Amino acid sequence: MAVAAIKDYIATPRDRVENFHGKQLVYASWDRHLLFAAPFLLCVPPGMPFGELVSGPLSMLVQADPDAAAIDWHSVEWLKANQPWVPDFAASLEANGITHKTQLRFRTPGLNSLSAAA
Amino acid sequence: MDMKVTKKKLGLKEKYKLMTRDLGWEPTYHSKDEVFPYVGYEGIKIHDWDKWEDPFRLTMDSYWKYQAEKERKFYAIIDAHAQNNGHLNLTDARYLSALKIFLQAISPGEYAAHKGFARVGREFPGVGTQVACQMQAIDEIRHAQTQIHAMSNYNRYYNGFHAFADTRDRIWYTSVARSFFDDSMSAGPFEFMIAIGFSFEYVLTNLLFVPFMSGAAYNGDMATVTFGFSAQSDEARHMTLGLECIKFMLEQDPDNLPIVQEWIDKWFWRGFRVLGLVSTMMDYMLPKRVMSWREAWNIYGIENGGALFKDLARYGIKPPRGWDDAEKAIDHMSHQFMLGLYQWSFGTAFHSWIPSEDDMNWLSAKYPDTFDTYYRPRWKHIKKLADAGTQFKNYGLAKLCQTCQLPCVFTEPDDPTLTCHRETVHEGETYHFCSDGCQHIFENEPEKYVQAWLPMPQLFQDPINGDLGEWMKWVSLLDGKDNGDYAGSEDQKNFEAWRGLATTNQ
Repeated sequence: MAVAAIKDYIATPRDRVENFHGKQLVYASWDRHLLFAAPFLLCVPPGMPFGELVSGPLSMLVQADPDAAAIDWHSVEWLKANQPWVPDFAASLEANGITHKTQLRFRTPGLNSLSAAA
Repeated sequence: MDMKVTKKKLGLKEKYKLMTRDLGWEPTYHSKDEVFPYVGYEGIKIHDWDKWEDPFRLTMDSYWKYQAEKERKFYAIIDAHAQNNGHLNLTDARYLSALKIFLQAISPGEYAAHKGFARVGREFPGVGTQVACQMQAIDEIRHAQTQIHAMSNYNRYYNGFHAFADTRDRIWYTSVARSFFDDSMSAGPFEFMIAIGFSFEYVLTNLLFVPFMSGAAYNGDMATVTFGFSAQSDEARHMTLGLECIKFMLEQDPDNLPIVQEWIDKWFWRGFRVLGLVSTMMDYMLPKRVMSWREAWNIYGIENGGALFKDLARYGIKPPRGWDDAEKAIDHMSHQFMLGLYQWSFGTAFHSWIPSEDDMNWLSAKYPDTFDTYYRPRWKHIKKLADAGTQFKNYGLAKLCQTCQLPCVFTEPDDPTLTCHRETVHEGETYHFCSDGCQHIFENEPEKYVQAWLPMPQLFQDPINGDLGEWMKWVSLLDGKDNGDYAGSEDQKNFEAWRGLATTNQ
């Protein structure tokens, strides 16, 4: 459906990738770890290797959870845009198909210190 | 010689006719369509504007008299409150967080409603409608002013009140309320009436005002109670206008039904989201609580709302699409919000805190099915971190919903352990949502919502480019004063010291 309007309704998105000076937004969340109230918003360059995103900002952000130290990053299950997916840790975000505003999720079955078992 | 003057006094009905209906005339220089260009494009068909009923039959002269009287009483009490250190009668300065959110997000909404009603008062052709909208426009600006005046007393003593206009325009959480009103004001006049007049004023307003004003009374805030009373008689008129408007649309033409239903679905969900923070005020921010959010929802949502939609069923109106999802969220939302506010409190112009053991016991009694299972373990862990001197601060800023602009803190309707992830691609861009309700609203009018100014993504664009310190300056947030944990804040220290002076001999 279109917006009801009296003339042509032309809209410009406010957060296109070119506004981020060579970087892009990536969203990341740790399923069933709701100590973190919402998915994280990260602003990173598309050339960053996936492994660096994980060992850098993501590992830092999840530290407050008691399960954080027990994460084995190479055995976690990943979802990209809500679909199961296997990342290449050595390749860049771009080569992994992680574009502007992609949502990544990861699951760590068995780690659920703060979560009621689902 | 005495002349006997027969003073002719107009009857109420006569006066109303003269001072409203008779003000309308048939234009001759321009066509009616040119004079009222916005009344047709939404697809609502109106055949007879005279069928609009205004049960209050209030005319501008009496309106002026009533309002002036209320203003005099209001300011007399506000003055007394200020002169007698009314702020020290509060139960506790934690209460002020609820007020700060109200001032930053809701009072500007009153002003936005003023602009909206002034506009639709001009855009509707019917005279009864024009007069009713004009009065509501004046009411709304009065509400904004009295609220600001009532709360300005607190600004002399406490942090977080000093820059509410910057906060309204720039800080991340107020964009929720702002986008709600911008959405309604950029819609046509009929949709505006459903959005504000019906969904907000009629269906949802009791959830905001009754708990909020009772909360003020329970917590010793005379200033806020006073503006609540001053606004209350207006609210009755506003609710009537909203209800009259929807009945009028539905009675004028059967083709209006599907359009009105779609608006009710949209604005119920938007209203439910924007008022969600009230749940947190009720369950966490009032030191002396009135009732739980769940209890308020049972009365004002299920009972009153249920009766309303039963009444509207004769027109073919169904309860809003998001009704069942709303019900499923009630026992979770206040906890989800407060956990978010606490971990992002470095970026809020109000304080939040870890609930005390007593508070948690109250919450588990009010939410027997959810609090101990899902939320107490998180609070206990957060308390442990705070006790160890490593306060939990989540610097991974939040993903926001493209429609309601809230952080995506909500869980799946049927699984409280899993965050609700929803996304869609429109013209090559990905958009994220907090819920099916918000995704549905976006997909109905994507061109409208792709323009959303989402504060978190904006933080990484010009001119802030990800600099948190610059951002704080830009939103007029004083780090270490306005923000952070209530425990150890200036507000806490000052309140306790001043109250100590008033109640002890130290």
